[in-house]
Amino acid sequence: MTTYQGGRAPISLRASSPRIGEKIVLALLWACAAISILTTVGIVVILFTEAATFFGNEGITVTGFLSGTEWRPFGSVEQGRFGVLPLVAGTLLVTTIAMVVAVPLGLASAAYLSEYAPSRIRRFLKPTLEVLAGVPTVVLGYFALTFMTPVLRATVGLAADVSIFNAASAGIVMGIMIVPTIASLSEDAMSAVPGALREGAYGLGSSKRHVVTRVVMPAALSGIVAAVILALGRAIGETMIVAIAAGNLPNLTYNPFDQIQAMTAYIVQAVQGEAPRGSLTYQSIFAVGSLLFVMTLTINLIAARFVRRYREAY
Amino acid sequence: MQPIETEATAHVATADGHAYARGRQPIDNELARQAAARGAAVPTDAGIVFDIDDVTVRYGAFPAIRDVTMQIRERMITALIGPSGCGKTTLLRCLNRMNDLIPSASVEGRIGYHGADLYARGVDPVEVRRRIGMVFQKPNPFPKSIRENVLFGPKVTGMAFDADALVEQSLRAAALWDEVKDKLDSSALGLSGGQQQRLCIARAIAVEPDVILMDEPCSALDPIATGAIENLMRDLSERFTIVIVTHNMQQAARACDMTAFITTEVQQDDAGHDRRSGRLIEFDRTEVIFGDPNDVRTEDYISGRFG
Amino acid sequence: MAVVSTPDRMVRRAQEQLGRPPARARRERVFQRLLLTATAVAVIVLLVLLVDILRDGVLNLRPSLFTSYASRFPERFGFRSGLTGTLSLMALVAAMSFPIGLGAATYLEEFAPNNPFTRLIEANISNLAGVPSVVYGLLGAGVFVYFFSLGRSLLVGAITLSLLILPVIIVASREALRAVPQALREAGLGLGATRLQVVARQIMPQAMPGILTGTILALSRAIGETAPILVVGALFSRRSDNVPWDTNDAFSAMPIQIYNLVSRPQQEFQIDVASAGIIVLMVLLLLMNSIAIVLRNRYARSS
Repeated sequence: MTTYQGGRAPISLRASSPRIGEKIVLALLWACAAISILTTVGIVVILFTEAATFFGNEGITVTGFLSGTEWRPFGSVEQGRFGVLPLVAGTLLVTTIAMVVAVPLGLASAAYLSEYAPSRIRRFLKPTLEVLAGVPTVVLGYFALTFMTPVLRATVGLAADVSIFNAASAGIVMGIMIVPTIASLSEDAMSAVPGALREGAYGLGSSKRHVVTRVVMPAALSGIVAAVILALGRAIGETMIVAIAAGNLPNLTYNPFDQIQAMTAYIVQAVQGEAPRGSLTYQSIFAVGSLLFVMTLTINLIAARFVRRYREAY
Repeated sequence: MQPIETEATAHVATADGHAYARGRQPIDNELARQAAARGAAVPTDAGIVFDIDDVTVRYGAFPAIRDVTMQIRERMITALIGPSGCGKTTLLRCLNRMNDLIPSASVEGRIGYHGADLYARGVDPVEVRRRIGMVFQKPNPFPKSIRENVLFGPKVTGMAFDADALVEQSLRAAALWDEVKDKLDSSALGLSGGQQQRLCIARAIAVEPDVILMDEPCSALDPIATGAIENLMRDLSERFTIVIVTHNMQQAARACDMTAFITTEVQQDDAGHDRRSGRLIEFDRTEVIFGDPNDVRTEDYISGRFG
Repeated sequence: MAVVSTPDRMVRRAQEQLGRPPARARRERVFQRLLLTATAVAVIVLLVLLVDILRDGVLNLRPSLFTSYASRFPERFGFRSGLTGTLSLMALVAAMSFPIGLGAATYLEEFAPNNPFTRLIEANISNLAGVPSVVYGLLGAGVFVYFFSLGRSLLVGAITLSLLILPVIIVASREALRAVPQALREAGLGLGATRLQVVARQIMPQAMPGILTGTILALSRAIGETAPILVVGALFSRRSDNVPWDTNDAFSAMPIQIYNLVSRPQQEFQIDVASAGIIVLMVLLLLMNSIAIVLRNRYARSS
């Protein structure tokens, strides 16, 4: 069966050198990837241990925290009020306004870019949206406070009372900030819809707007939903626009022209304060941070589900 | 003309039970004559390089090619021919463990390389590929200069070498030297398709392998470039063992010493679906395969009746 | 990515020939204009924002913005500490996040076996990309400022920002690596090179322009971030530079100073000086993004 030519010794196919240097490099590369795990572990540990300390205090409970409607986190447990709902309400009010602005505008932009725009307009619009996405949030906060608010006070303010710090200014500007997120992800989803689907609809005598609204967008639905959910997560986690323009007064209200305080704004306010480490106020920062983290994590996991579904489809 | 009695030709009865008897008329056409013209120069007692013993390759559960037994001999040009998708490339890529790159691929059976089991534990695929080189279907030079392309292999395998001499030697052996000697530092991507493929051959030669595997090396090239490479193969076979997968029957007939004919067979899997897997039908000297094949399916293929 | 869409004039002609009512064509036009208008809103707001900032700030630009420190007097206020802080942060963040991000991307794209642990790392990176930046600040404060006792230092600020943009760099680098054709890997491996040799000598150099572009864009994002460095203790005003370095130093940054100014009641600070600072920051970002775009274009041209 096996023959050796001319008495040659059997050859060895083992590695000729141990290549230790390579093994070290690979271990280093692996370590870089593992840093991401350490980051998550760090976040979870730091948030939840401090939050646990917070809830370990006599008189503070998770239900009390999540359902309480007064947020005055100063002093001792008896003196202060540690119900987080005003902060959550503030965040949700601003977020809702932002989504009301961003979803129609974002989807319309995506539909226009994907289905209608001639290439030279597209070549101008897409980078412009990218520029908008790159504006620092502190600049957007400035814009909300020094431009949007006066505009609102001069227009809506004739009919209703628009406070200097209000949820609407922040919400509207935040909505504009999110438009590129929704637009670019939705546009990707819509462009991925096969041409054959469109052609089939045209062949049946469908008008272009029907093709777009009744064929393409439903086909791209998973991607669109993912885009919207991701944008929602960004809005909830956004800090500077609300910190600058929406106010720092915890306020459980539906009125968008009232001052509120978002969860993120509270964190930023509290760390600038004089609260000593280990105090109740200090711990409350991490409690709010934990809640914020859980909310955005949930949202991102849901979005990831939709992204997977959209990728699987094509 | 007596065929070499290899183990492959003994497998004449197949899984579906038909017997393909010997004793039909020998074929006399252009291909057969070309093969016969080649046949006289082939040494018949060369040492065995690859001893392929009952090898089945699977991607996932179902085999892509099964029960292959054949021996590839030293410094001969062995062709694997057959219709598309029958597993020729799969088999070829097993010979230098390139199928390791596909996670779902698994190999059963034994492939002996100069006696050593290629898939034994402890075998380093990198060592395997230093001795068994490969030229691919679509030329894939690195986006660097011609010189850097040729020297890449020697550099990374830690060979000691004289750069200029090695570059010239390798390019001459690939019949490319005269065309590029004045532009060794220019980008390899500026060469024509045929030149790029010869550069890939030069690159493979530079590491001084034992074997060169070629996966349809001319399929992306025009006829003139193809002819250049076929001439090259003859010279190369004086130093290297060559195994080539090819769709081009003229190429096999003209240029190759031994030919293996592989085709697909349909079988039913557990769920009752028809699945195709490749099978080695016949393996013999080229002039036998093209002039007097044992198996009717071989004859059908080379006369163009299918495939 | 060819989108099949019938040119409007053809649709209109066909409709005319087929006797479709002009009302329908009108509705089509209205719809298209509606979409265009909606798209334009975001662009218009951006333009309004830029104009507003320029209008507020361009007259307030003066050389002392760059050379003076913070001051009680708006006309003497300078961003020197913020600028030096931002530049130092940029250098430190680049030095930390680029190798780690590239290393992680290379491992995940070229070497990681396809097993649950790898998938966990990948899912983890996606989730980290969605964590609010202020939470990264809390991480930096709790772990690095306090637990590791590094204090409210430049180093901690840089670490926090690096962790923040790491997922972005990893994703961008992976895409750049993935874009390199598989044929190159096969060619290298076929010659008897090890995986690492092929990646280091062929794949990564090919992917480098894309990797650099992604990294620069990620860095420009880090420069504009306020919340995370605020939480780890960046200062609004220091009377010293962050250059030359002492990574244990307290630090400031442009966004922090802008935030502080915007929060003040006096219009001179809140609008005049703040907008000047914003212009400086935006110019810096513009420079960085231009470099990234030039890189991207040059890479696209040469391939």
